[in-house]
Amino acid sequence: MTGTGAALVVEDIWKSFGQLDVLCGIDLEVAEHEVIALIGASGSGKSTLLRCINLIEPVDAGRILIKGEEITAKGVNVDRIRRRIGIVFQSFNLFPHMRVMDNVTLGPRKVLGRSAADAETAAMVLLERFGLAEKARDYPDRLSGGQQQRVAIVRALAMQPDLLLLDEVTSALDPELVAEVLNVIRELAAGGMTMLIATHEMGFARDIASRVCFLDGGRILEQGSPRQMFGEPHEARTRQFLNRIIEAGRL
Amino acid sequence: MRATRGPRFGLGAEGARALLIAAGSTAVVFGVLAVVAVNSSGWPLFQEKFLNGPVFWEALPKVLGKFWINVQLFLIAEVLILVLGLLLAVLRSLPGPVFFPVRLLATLYVDLFRAVPGILVIFMLGFGIPALRIPGVPKDQFFWAVVSLTLLYSAYVSEVYRAGIESIHPSQTAAARSLGLSHAQTLRYVVVPQAVRRVVPPLLNDFIGLQKDTVLVSFLGVVEIFNEAGILESARFNFTPYLATALVFVVVTLPLARLTDVLLQREKNGRIASGGSRSAAAMQRVSQPLP
Ligand SMILES: Nc1ncnc2c1ncn2[C@@H]1O[C@H](COP(=O)(O)OP(=O)(O)O)[C@@H](O)[C@H]1O
Ligand SMILES: [Mg+2]
Repeated sequence: MTGTGAALVVEDIWKSFGQLDVLCGIDLEVAEHEVIALIGASGSGKSTLLRCINLIEPVDAGRILIKGEEITAKGVNVDRIRRRIGIVFQSFNLFPHMRVMDNVTLGPRKVLGRSAADAETAAMVLLERFGLAEKARDYPDRLSGGQQQRVAIVRALAMQPDLLLLDEVTSALDPELVAEVLNVIRELAAGGMTMLIATHEMGFARDIASRVCFLDGGRILEQGSPRQMFGEPHEARTRQFLNRIIEAGRL
Repeated sequence: MRATRGPRFGLGAEGARALLIAAGSTAVVFGVLAVVAVNSSGWPLFQEKFLNGPVFWEALPKVLGKFWINVQLFLIAEVLILVLGLLLAVLRSLPGPVFFPVRLLATLYVDLFRAVPGILVIFMLGFGIPALRIPGVPKDQFFWAVVSLTLLYSAYVSEVYRAGIESIHPSQTAAARSLGLSHAQTLRYVVVPQAVRRVVPPLLNDFIGLQKDTVLVSFLGVVEIFNEAGILESARFNFTPYLATALVFVVVTLPLARLTDVLLQREKNGRIASGGSRSAAAMQRVSQPLP
């Protein structure tokens, strides 16, 4: 392993829930500014992988390194690691009792120790960039799903993470709201944000990813460029999966 | 999808008819009950001993004067209970094996004070501890009355808080922790503020119980409303002062009870509505389970 230079190195991680082996030896190396699309059937372990990288779930075995620092080592301060890794969930998980502005500034104020004024100025820049400036004083339940998910992305970005994890961020959205969220992610990719994206939007993955990883039964069965993965996948299971997606009209 | 509020008070022809029927049948039922009561053989004596006008008007200002003691008890204990109850609930929610003894102690506390009849606690603390004559320990009955009620009710209230905390979906915690907030910060800024909003109606119910249980401390000799009524009763051999006392409690409790109903109803409407503001239902909507 080249290790130290990479934004993220995942080394042979294993994870099971009781009897169920969910991750069975995942190896993955992500360079800075890379955008990795994780594809695979429901239950193949995409969410679990992302949650392990963010230390929401502890791994059973294996190592995870961020810029050469082992974050799965004993005695690591998980809060210090998590602030460097942003995650956005399928179900938004905004804080419903806080206005959009407070959702976005909570982390910078309480974790990074920014003053309220500084945090709000920085948040406003981000909200404006993603067309949410007028919503700053609203509560999340006043927003459409697409707007809520964009706020969730802004909330993660406000921590200025080294790495952004996106877990099927458009799956809970009405179809007409998907594009506005995907456009935000496109913009982030263009800006050089290192991202791991679990997604069922294959067209999007093909456009945006520098590399596509196909997860199957807790393993990365195959990975490659979007052109290779969607054009001429080597593995039969990958072809099967993509055929089913094409039949469902999602590619 | 907007909430269509039912025409509960908006009277159409249907509504007016229903109202008339309700009023009519109520009048008939209460009329019959009144006639039966007034014509029964014990009525004159009952009226003399329980519904005595002159005694009532003499007793009412006196019991009201002492009710101030109950109000003070209630207000001081309530503040302490809300704080201690929340503390207990938070202690019980601390994760990990290190905090096992803390969780155990908090759990034992809650189990103990929910199991023991309140009057026993009040007697043991109110009579027992002053009798030990430990220097520096207060002998004041009012003090021990506040302590007893606080111990007893904080156990119940901590359970209410705990249910509230547990009703906040784990995805909220995950979102907060993923930003780098610590466990304590997550509780303080994300979980507890949402939980407290949800538990207001059940907390109000506990307030009503506490308000009534302030009379228990009369057994310690604190001259509050119930003791005052007892003094008046034995002076006249007439129970009307108790009736006046009961009336005082009804008058202060009814608004609380109605408020609880209104809040519960609002929450229920909120669950159905989707355009509402920051209701508990709205909180649930955004915190769907992760797949
Ligand atoms: N907290 C959990 N407890 C038990 N089983 C879980 C838990 N989280 C995920 N799983 C199981 O792990 C498997 C992989 O889930 P997940 O990582 O969510 O897959 P994906 O995101 O690819 O759909 C599924 O079978 C799921 O039921
Ligand atoms: Mg998933």
